[in-house]
Amino acid sequence: MKIDPIHQFNIEPLFTLGHIGNHTIAFTNSSLYMLVAVAIISILMLASGTQLIPGRLQSVAEISYEFVASTIRSTAGAEGMKFFPLIFSLFMFICVSNLVGIIPYTFTVSSHLIVTAALALLVFFTVLIYGVAKNGLKFFKIFVPHGVPGYILPLVMFIEVLSFFLRPVSHSVRLFANMLAGHIALKVFAGFVAMLGFSLGAIGWVGGVLPLALTVALTSLEILVAFLQAYVFAILTCIYLNDAIHPGH
Amino acid sequence: MAESHGGAKGPAAGAHTEADGGHHGGGFPPFESSSFASQLVSLAIFFVLLYVIVSKLALPRIGGAIEARQNKIEGDLAEAQKLKDQSEAALKAYEGELASARSRAQAIGNESRDKANAQADAERKALEEQLAAKLAEAEKTIASTRVAAMSNVRGIAADAAGQIVQQLTGVVPDAASVNAAVDASLKG
Repeated sequence: MKIDPIHQFNIEPLFTLGHIGNHTIAFTNSSLYMLVAVAIISILMLASGTQLIPGRLQSVAEISYEFVASTIRSTAGAEGMKFFPLIFSLFMFICVSNLVGIIPYTFTVSSHLIVTAALALLVFFTVLIYGVAKNGLKFFKIFVPHGVPGYILPLVMFIEVLSFFLRPVSHSVRLFANMLAGHIALKVFAGFVAMLGFSLGAIGWVGGVLPLALTVALTSLEILVAFLQAYVFAILTCIYLNDAIHPGH
Repeated sequence: MAESHGGAKGPAAGAHTEADGGHHGGGFPPFESSSFASQLVSLAIFFVLLYVIVSKLALPRIGGAIEARQNKIEGDLAEAQKLKDQSEAALKAYEGELASARSRAQAIGNESRDKANAQADAERKALEEQLAAKLAEAEKTIASTRVAAMSNVRGIAADAAGQIVQQLTGVVPDAASVNAAVDASLKG
């Protein structure tokens, strides 16, 4: 029994949509799970009632709404509510696709760097374009912190500029690496159970209890990580947007 | 044309070999650039779709439900406050009414007591006057009776004295000297 923890990340084209230049554009398993995430969010937000006393589904929809809204208000202020649809879409898309990805035999959309990088760059350019459009050149004051002595200001500015342009990198790699590592760890531990059972017979069945327990524990940890990484992605988006809204620190 | 023909063949063959490599554990799927374009296109399609659904339908819907509930709660609270104010006003009016009724009852009580007192005083005064008049009359009667009695006493004394003298001496004393003697003894 061979453990292949990487196999779960394979992109399998289901059918071809068309060609752009030299690239074949296919509807892949990744596309399918993006569609699943969009469908789940749509059902949650559109099929739930709008009763005065909410039912279960409506409660979940309202809790998601209030949760994202309060996160934006507390980090980016009332003006940040302009970006409510964007941040809500990002949070729900990442959260739902992460949670769906925990189900065995499914695919995790956010375990691919290209997807997280695209989302992080979307946030980066939103911040940059909105910041410059709203504040003009004053936006670049975020690189010049207050109260820094003149002689180290160039160094501080260099660090600030560097950190600003590295934001999409850390923003995307954090999510990607968390999902990737979590799923590899789950697969490896789950693989041990099967490997022990098939190769060692009765002793293996007993010995498999420990990795099985670890797999169960890791799965619950992954549920936490799935939510937490979506939250981290959303709150970092809020913090970056706060720079664009209030560049004066 | 020849170029494009070759180009179309190239990536297909490349994708095939790379997919094979992935199956044998050689390539790492997240870094296989052949899948990037497909993923980016589907991400763009589905994320834009999600954004449109969220911004045009989902958030106004859920936000509306939350706002409607908030309004309902605020309205109910305002209504409750209004009713509470009303009941407090009613209670205050009742208490005012009660206090005025009580003071009115006290005033009536005082008035009737004063009236009764005055009447009793008047009756007592009348009675006293009557009694005083009767007393004065009685005293007058007593005094006149006494004067009469005293004058009778003098006559009886004079007669008795005349008799006594006549018995003792056998001489009838003259009336004037007897009267003078009686008067002298009455005085003494």
